[in-house]
Amino acid sequence: MTFKKYLSITEVVGPLILVENTEGIKYEELAEIELPSGEHQLGRVLEVNQDKALVQSFGGTSGVSVKGSSARFLGRGIELGVSSDLLGRIFDGLGRPIDDGPAIIPDKMLNINGNPINPYARNYPSEFIQTGFSAIDGLNTLVRGQKLPIFSAAGLPHSRIAAQIARQARVLGSQEKFAVVFGAMGITFEEANFFISDFQKTGAIERAVLFMNLANDPAIERIATPRLALTAAEYLAFELDMQVLVILTDMTNYCEALREVSAARKEIPGRRGYPGYLYTDLSMIYERAGRIRGKKGSITQIPILTMPEDDKTHPIPDLTGYITEGQIIISRSLHRKGIYPPIDVLPSLSRLRDKGIGEERTRADHPNWASQIFASYARGKEAQELATILGEAALSPVDRQHLLFANRFEQEFVQQGEYEDRSIEKTLEIGWSLLAELPRLELKRIKDEYLDKYLPEKSKAE
Amino acid sequence: MEQIKGEIIRVSGPLVVAKGMNGAKMYDVVHVSAMELVGEIIELRGDRASIQVYEDTAGIGPGEPVTSTNQPLNVELGPGLIESIFDGIQRPLDKVMEKTGNLITRGVHVNALDRSKKWDFKASAKPGDKVAGGAILGSVKETTLVEHRIMVPPDVEGVIAEIKSGSFTIEETIARIKDKDGQSIEVSMLQKWPVRKGRPYQKRLAPDSLLSTGQRVIDTFFPVAKGGTASIPGPFGSGKTVVQHQLAKWADAEIIVYIGCGERGNEMTDVLLEFPELKDPKSGEPLMKRTVLVANTSNMPVAAREASIYTGITIAEYFRDMGLNVAVMADSTSRWAEALREISGRLEEMPGEEGYPAYLPTKAADFYERAGRVVCLGNDNREGTLTIIGAVSPPGGDLSDPVVQATLKVVKVYWGLDSKLAYRRHFPAINWLISYSLYLESLRDYFNKITGVDWLSLRNKAMAILEKEAELEEIVRLVGRDTLSPRDQLLLESAKSIREDFLHQIAFDPVDTYASFKKQQKLLTLILNIYEWNLDALERGAEPEKLMALSIRDEIAKAKYTPENQLEKIDALSLKAREEVDKL
Repeated sequence: MTFKKYLSITEVVGPLILVENTEGIKYEELAEIELPSGEHQLGRVLEVNQDKALVQSFGGTSGVSVKGSSARFLGRGIELGVSSDLLGRIFDGLGRPIDDGPAIIPDKMLNINGNPINPYARNYPSEFIQTGFSAIDGLNTLVRGQKLPIFSAAGLPHSRIAAQIARQARVLGSQEKFAVVFGAMGITFEEANFFISDFQKTGAIERAVLFMNLANDPAIERIATPRLALTAAEYLAFELDMQVLVILTDMTNYCEALREVSAARKEIPGRRGYPGYLYTDLSMIYERAGRIRGKKGSITQIPILTMPEDDKTHPIPDLTGYITEGQIIISRSLHRKGIYPPIDVLPSLSRLRDKGIGEERTRADHPNWASQIFASYARGKEAQELATILGEAALSPVDRQHLLFANRFEQEFVQQGEYEDRSIEKTLEIGWSLLAELPRLELKRIKDEYLDKYLPEKSKAE
Repeated sequence: MEQIKGEIIRVSGPLVVAKGMNGAKMYDVVHVSAMELVGEIIELRGDRASIQVYEDTAGIGPGEPVTSTNQPLNVELGPGLIESIFDGIQRPLDKVMEKTGNLITRGVHVNALDRSKKWDFKASAKPGDKVAGGAILGSVKETTLVEHRIMVPPDVEGVIAEIKSGSFTIEETIARIKDKDGQSIEVSMLQKWPVRKGRPYQKRLAPDSLLSTGQRVIDTFFPVAKGGTASIPGPFGSGKTVVQHQLAKWADAEIIVYIGCGERGNEMTDVLLEFPELKDPKSGEPLMKRTVLVANTSNMPVAAREASIYTGITIAEYFRDMGLNVAVMADSTSRWAEALREISGRLEEMPGEEGYPAYLPTKAADFYERAGRVVCLGNDNREGTLTIIGAVSPPGGDLSDPVVQATLKVVKVYWGLDSKLAYRRHFPAINWLISYSLYLESLRDYFNKITGVDWLSLRNKAMAILEKEAELEEIVRLVGRDTLSPRDQLLLESAKSIREDFLHQIAFDPVDTYASFKKQQKLLTLILNIYEWNLDALERGAEPEKLMALSIRDEIAKAKYTPENQLEKIDALSLKAREEVDKL
């Protein structure tokens, strides 16, 4: 099939190209721009107005000329060819192989925008995923089909945490097919290299699909990257019955690419110049996580974003938090104290935790235990603050015990090795041994039967 | 009438512009392209119509046809609404799934209500009765909890010529009414009503009774009246949705309409899976038997999100017209406002604050004003109420957000969620210092009647303790607790008890999730009494340390887990506390 070639490019502004005298162009159609140099660039139709089509070029517009360039419209949206051969492969941000392997012979072509999952068809996420991190498993539990972002900032070890989750994540007592889909948007070569070599070292690459848009790749390409990654994930999860973990990093770069396009279109900006539809756009990505009734596979998402100036109210983390089912917050002050992983458990949250823990999932005492640890740590943190103002001497004995608890909690519970894969039992045990340092009367949130059963002897004597 | 057929000239996201639309009316529903995507006309200029399309417009382009249906956006009303889950334009998602599988594709046309299902109609009116719009013809037992009353459509008036009980589908004629011109009108159980127009009633009354929710901080401190409006603004993670779910579960309304507007898909699934399992505290029947769900999740088309709250409220009004108490939860109205903003931006309208259209406050006011306590149409002067509880999601928790401000201008109750409380895992994280309810005075008589005491003065006493605590906290932070007078220390102890033993309520605990008003009264009275007794004891010269360390405090902390059928245990606890204090 041949497509009409338009030589009528009349405007090139930022990433946008205006083609005139067009006919039969459809919204969201894939366009191919031919540069005078003979190079090809892909783009998509952002708007059609009578005989004009506005095209957003994924490759940027450098080298595009008003005369001498041409545009063809391909009569379809952007698609990804999928097959089980995707596993173990590395692609660029637009889905072209960059690992010197052969081209994929697709089983089928899928539109990368996907379709929304019918809420009626969803299955509620409730299966506990053990990540091996105490701060996550114990207190901010991840469950299968959840979308749980990591809110980080420049200079913090979010990549190491994400790689460790990818290495260690598993569902207890099951031997199911597991895959990792990795979507990189605008990260540096070194970061990308870290992930690739970590995946290679541990053999995880065999069951991984990587989409890499690096910092020096065209910025606008990033708009397609997470959608490609999720399309691959949906195929693996819902057609090949795999348990898929999707890691998307860094969503901040993605949002900035969206802002660039929006600014070039002179749209009325929302907060901080980001387009008013940022929420909708992000939800189209995040909501692709989940489980479907009657399907074995699942998609669990861990998007990573760096908060500009560590500011949680910045539109990107803010809107993300409204869509995702909780957040894991990386704290600079814990990082400064040398604690790895520097996860601040208090503002972190897993909304699906209560569905994933407790009897038959982790252990019966887990919900009470978690609630108590949160409360005691929060009280310890308050005591810490009070101590900095008034001095430790001014604290009541109970407050001093809580202060000690908070310090030990950070050192012994949150802190762990980069290759330390803690079981949930181990996590619970560490927590109990810390709680034993507090008077039993202070442990109001735990039922007596669990206290009798699990609280180490030391404090029973009191 | 000739069909209006136009041609697309522009596509930009959910906005489509068509020419050749002469004769089309504002807000008429149109079908776009051969796929027949559903859209609504939102602007007319000459023969050009701007259309917001309720489905994804990818693959649509100029030259494709647009046909008008000549009808505004309607909802279908009749038996079959309860227990359903609809999308923003009332397509039943279970039927859509049967047709298109797990994913929602485009151009699906499904009737909102089942046409083939037979319902058992029992006539209560008889031939010869003079009836007008709203008069009750009979009823259908729709679920174990809902007696669905079949009413004469609002625009029909006359004398019943024929009416029959029996088993009918919603389209079959159940009655024939002869109007004043002698015309015979066939009435079926199915009615249609345009979503953007409030359903009529005889007159509106001021709300005068409590919508009991079983949530202590709400019922006791910041109550909402039946027929009132409330709003819950809060940053993410502060528990808006949990509060909304709790209200949907435990509010003593006969019908709940839950609108998931631009929120998470899993949350709707949660409601779908959980509500059939939960039991109504009064009847013991599953809560789903009184619930209608409207779900337009964040990844579903944005224009349908705009329509979803109107679809939900119209369904709610229909049940109100039967003389029922209806509560609507809209989660979240910010997403609705964002949908307005997106469409407004594409129409290139001059924006107001933060890019929101200048008509946002008007639209918000129109929506909340559809709440109320009314005398319904019909001749029996029955009363129905419609309560609206809207969640707002301000960016960064910033309350100067235009949506919050537009909402606060019209609602009477404000439950301010606070992320600091949420971090401390104090739930519901409703900050008692910033929240308010303007229904306290109008509910005064009601409260006095059900409690038998001057309830508001008790409530205000508790509130004063909490306020005083906030003041004292400042001092404690600067100079430490030991410097406070014994009286103040006792006050702090009592405030802590109000916070932890009363306000803090665990939604996931099987007992604590719901507290009847009686239980709330007993608990609060107990906590306040202990404070009074302590103060008396202090006057008598008791040692403050001993008063602070009462062993009964531990038992009071657990009093909220007292099951509803053992409330006398709280009375016993009160006696025990009295004894213990008196001993000192």
